[in-house]
Amino acid sequence: MNAVQRLFGFHGGVKPAYNKEASTGLPIAVAPTPTLLVIPLHQSIGGVPRPLVKAGDRVLKGQRIGGADGNVSSAVHASTSGSVVAVEMRLMPHTSGLSALCVVIEPDGCDEWIPRQPFDFRSATPTQTRDYLRDAGVVGLGGAVFPSYLKLNPGKTGKLDTLVLNGAECEPFITCDDLLMRERAETIIKGTLIMREMLSAGQVLIGIEDNKPEAIAAMEVAAQAANQAAGDSSIKVVSVPTRYPAGGAKQLMRVLTGIEVPHGKRSTDYGLQCFNVGTAYAIYEAIALGQPLISRIVTVAGNVERARNYEVLLGTPMRDLVALCGPRADSDRVIMGGPMMGLRMPSDEVPVVKAANCVLVGSKQLFPPPPPEMPCIRCGECAKACPADLQPFEMYWFSRAKIFGKAQEYNLFDCIECGCCAYVCPSRIPLVDYYRFAKSEIWAREVEKEAADVARERYEFRLLREEREKQEKAAKLAAKTAAGREKAAAALAEVEKPAVTPEQDAKKALIAAAMERAREQKAQAHPENTINLTPEQQAEVEAIEARRAEIREMAKPHLRQDD
Amino acid sequence: MFEAILVMALGAIVLGAALGYAAVRFRVEGDPLVEKIDAILPQTQCGQCGFPGCKPYAQAIAKGEADINCCPPGGDEGIHKLADLLGREFKSLSAEHGIEKPKSVAVIDEQRCIGCTLCIQACPVDAIVGAAKQMHTIVADQCTGCELCLPPCPVDCISMQPIGESVETWKWKYPVFKIAPAQREAA
Ligand code: SF4
Ligand code: SF4
Ligand code: SF4
Ligand code: SF4
Repeated sequence: MNAVQRLFGFHGGVKPAYNKEASTGLPIAVAPTPTLLVIPLHQSIGGVPRPLVKAGDRVLKGQRIGGADGNVSSAVHASTSGSVVAVEMRLMPHTSGLSALCVVIEPDGCDEWIPRQPFDFRSATPTQTRDYLRDAGVVGLGGAVFPSYLKLNPGKTGKLDTLVLNGAECEPFITCDDLLMRERAETIIKGTLIMREMLSAGQVLIGIEDNKPEAIAAMEVAAQAANQAAGDSSIKVVSVPTRYPAGGAKQLMRVLTGIEVPHGKRSTDYGLQCFNVGTAYAIYEAIALGQPLISRIVTVAGNVERARNYEVLLGTPMRDLVALCGPRADSDRVIMGGPMMGLRMPSDEVPVVKAANCVLVGSKQLFPPPPPEMPCIRCGECAKACPADLQPFEMYWFSRAKIFGKAQEYNLFDCIECGCCAYVCPSRIPLVDYYRFAKSEIWAREVEKEAADVARERYEFRLLREEREKQEKAAKLAAKTAAGREKAAAALAEVEKPAVTPEQDAKKALIAAAMERAREQKAQAHPENTINLTPEQQAEVEAIEARRAEIREMAKPHLRQDD
Repeated sequence: MFEAILVMALGAIVLGAALGYAAVRFRVEGDPLVEKIDAILPQTQCGQCGFPGCKPYAQAIAKGEADINCCPPGGDEGIHKLADLLGREFKSLSAEHGIEKPKSVAVIDEQRCIGCTLCIQACPVDAIVGAAKQMHTIVADQCTGCELCLPPCPVDCISMQPIGESVETWKWKYPVFKIAPAQREAA
């Protein structure tokens, strides 16, 4: 068990001030249920879940209120029992300051659960288990909120070498994983065993930065117990050097196994998969207890008197949470996440969501405004610091000049927005802001182009269809006029010769049929009703014909000549 | 209700199959320059350029019969791209063809729709579904915002709704930070 695990390094990285002590002094506390829960439907990567409840409904704790929509999507649930006040647009915990559909629930104080049953994943098919986890709303809790059920797929080979558990937690101020590991190590390991079984993974490597000795010790104990029960030593807790961003999935996998997953490849192709420790905990709760993801551990830190970790119901306003910790008077902002990668919130009334690992309270003193940007001197410091082995100054240059194709050639989309480059830049260029700008522009263009392609295809198809329909209509019209005249002629005959013998009738029918055939033939040749026209009518017809020819001429380039 | 769903689902399936078929069967082997120009045009198919669609306008540009600044939906950005492609000078959008408007989609007031099918016939991209005397609906994802369905509607129940930004489509803004002049030794 204590065999020394060989470690590998990753390129770059920085050592910012960690500021973690403040929030590790006290155990995790349960945050009180707020007076109103605002639960956004869209809390994960992928499709926006459909609302399953409406205003006035009573919901139970753990009841699904948003159903997963599409191949990549994850359900959301009521965090406590109560009544749905509204399903409406509310301010989202997002930099944009925009609103999105949320379910607003007034808790009734009973905290009444839905019936909970463990899910027997051993007798279920892998697809059933994945569907269950999708509907239980389990997503990556490290901050990326990627639906976990999609990652619980061993890939082509059907098994993995290594399941990596990410407990590195490298970002300053954040300690939610640290505390979770200290206090609930056993449950994390139980969840890990479930994941390992689903992935048919060989060994489990749990990477924890060496600045968390208590967490490492607790996890060691739990891992050893599991190893003993299984009679092997396949679960290893590995202490990794503290260097930001050791908790990046790619970086941690590299440190632990030496395997560098190349751009555009899945880690499962290299026999690896990586999950956050909080996700392992949530998977245990979902599978073994039948409890969907309705709460998470959140670090409240920064410009507050009593920084602490709380177990928070999803949908709790950040303001309520911050109020528990005694924010200092000069606090002027709330950041979701840490100081390196976190996003500034438009207001402190936004709710805690699955992505919220930390609510960081800021002030001008704690996070002074950035000094003015200076020109890039191409010193290369940023490239030295970049953990993704990129050339940040080149990407910056092309993003700034809006030459997006070039920025992409420098692998802009491999950038994990860790902020190391901006941290070391002597010219204090907010590099990540430029990358985010360039990335979202490129995405938007991609979407626009796709829409244009679809529109072009549909339009060309319509032209074809119109042409075909025109021909069909002409044929039908011809048949109809012939039939109409036939009827009129028959009626006329009736009037003229009221008394007819059966023989005459038969004869007439024969003649009529022959005439009909002749007319039909004629009509085929001349679909238009162009017999016995006055000169004015004739002129009108000709004008219409000319117009039609013109339209056909205009449409012709879209059509193959033989059609 | 069920009928309507069935009709729409059927329509979607049939159209999809036909679209796929048409894409293969009626592939247009065209002039590469026209294709390149057409790739820049927004495919709104609104006819504001004075041609009955984006492709005819692309052909006219390629032949030198039309100027590059006649497409309002493409806006200044589109004109810039055309100017780059064709090695011409940028010109601002010609006012007689219209103005660039925020991207919108058509919405049918389903209470007032009488099911006349006139809008279906006007839509260049078949984005409207419905049958005679049934309520019609616009598939927002397919609507290009061309506004061609507005004039034919006898009860004026179609309106254009601008597509606002959502959290999903929001874009990071271009960073605006003051650039400090580099420090220089005083002479
Ligand atoms: S660290 Fe800053 S100044 Fe140096 S090369 Fe990178 S962007 Fe330029
Ligand atoms: S933000 Fe992107 S470019 Fe900068 S160091 Fe991190 S990965 Fe590299
Ligand atoms: S104005 Fe632009 S979008 Fe409209 S049809 Fe002409 S080229 Fe297409
Ligand atoms: S629905 Fe109306 S606005 Fe939209 S594409 Fe069709 S005709 Fe144009």
